[in-house]
Amino acid sequence: MNETTPSTAAPLVRLIDEFHKLPGIGPKSAQRLAYYLLRMPPLEAQALAAAILEVKEKVGLCSVCQNVTEVEPCRVCSDERRDRSVVCVVEEPLDILALERAHAYPGLYHVLHGAISPMDGVGPEDLKVSELLQRLRSGEVREIVLATNPNLEGEATAMYLTRLLKPLGVKVTRLARGLPMGGDLEYADDVTLARALEGRQEM
Amino acid sequence: MAPPRLFKTEAIVLRQRRLGEADRFLTIYTPALGKLDVKARGVRKTTSRMAGHLQPLTRCMLQLVQGHGSDVITGCETLESFQRLREDLDRLSLALYAAELIDRITVERAGGYATYRLLLDTLRRLEHAPDADMALRCFEMRLMDESGFRPQLDACVNCGSQLQPDQNFFAPQAGGAVCRACVPGLAGPRALSLNALKVLRLLQRGSYNDIARVNMGPHLAGEVEGHLRSYIVCVLERDVRAAAFIERLRRERPSRPVEV
Repeated sequence: MNETTPSTAAPLVRLIDEFHKLPGIGPKSAQRLAYYLLRMPPLEAQALAAAILEVKEKVGLCSVCQNVTEVEPCRVCSDERRDRSVVCVVEEPLDILALERAHAYPGLYHVLHGAISPMDGVGPEDLKVSELLQRLRSGEVREIVLATNPNLEGEATAMYLTRLLKPLGVKVTRLARGLPMGGDLEYADDVTLARALEGRQEM
Repeated sequence: MAPPRLFKTEAIVLRQRRLGEADRFLTIYTPALGKLDVKARGVRKTTSRMAGHLQPLTRCMLQLVQGHGSDVITGCETLESFQRLREDLDRLSLALYAAELIDRITVERAGGYATYRLLLDTLRRLEHAPDADMALRCFEMRLMDESGFRPQLDACVNCGSQLQPDQNFFAPQAGGAVCRACVPGLAGPRALSLNALKVLRLLQRGSYNDIARVNMGPHLAGEVEGHLRSYIVCVLERDVRAAAFIERLRRERPSRPVEV
């Protein structure tokens, strides 16, 4: 699996192999990381090992919004100050971090853990869609904000969810699509420009 | 002659995969070079000037530079974005199926203009045709032709005798229609009605205008689709994944009237 010679100590080879499995880590990076760990003070290495184990033990999915959390329900879902009538649907937990950074959204979230991608065999059954429908049963939610990515998979997911949610009588909205900050009109594609024109606002 | 390091080509984006921090790996289909895997750098950043032009099912003009492994996109501009296709989930699912089928049946840097033209025509038809399903059937049959897997629909593939205007059978593994007498001893033949045989022949030989005029009931449409699907699965030796999504959408929308 890696390019190390037989003279390399077996535990080190095992560590390199484990690093190699991580996304974005090639054989050389795996070796570098392994040798770095080897020279690390034992306490730091233990802290790293403990952190990895702790994440696996304590962090799970929130039963309400499906976000990753160490408390049940998660901090957002249990926060009394948040607007419980609005649920923002996102593809990944990292999207929530991005939205929270914007400090502009007061409601709750729902994480789908992916987007519909028929060509990759990812259908609605592979996403947390039934959990979302379950949440709507209480009648507390009045608006669903679809915040899936503005690409083909995200749009397909948004269209599919709209089809599913509209008949339930809940208001379904989609994040506006248009020109990004720091963008350049000249380079904008026609889909984005058309949407930006549609969504223009009076100054 | 070695191709130039920097080149321009028109292309239709078939699919994309994430690569590294902000890049994507695209599978594109070009008129001259056939299917290519190319890299698009930085297109997952919101400020990317290329991202919007490189969504799957976009026809665009690309500027590419030869990289070490795969070519890298250095510039692009949308030529046709098939907007209506993107706004209709049913049509979109059919188009994704078409893109996946092309991706699965062609090999890299092979194939050419005929297949490109077929894909482009099909995307336009899927966008506007009243019966998008029929446009997809036409695509399936023509693509089988282009890739050298034309099913035999005139004579029995097994014994070579002329097919009678009666109920026959369709045996994907044998490569086409078979007569009643040859059914025993063949793997997986399924009943092929005379009307379905006629439609399949029309799909194989007729012009698209003739095909678009055919008005099939849901039963016949289902039979034709089933035969073509089984044939494609047999050729590919695997299922086309997007088919499952098409079927799911159909299942969840049973009350809608059949489109004419």
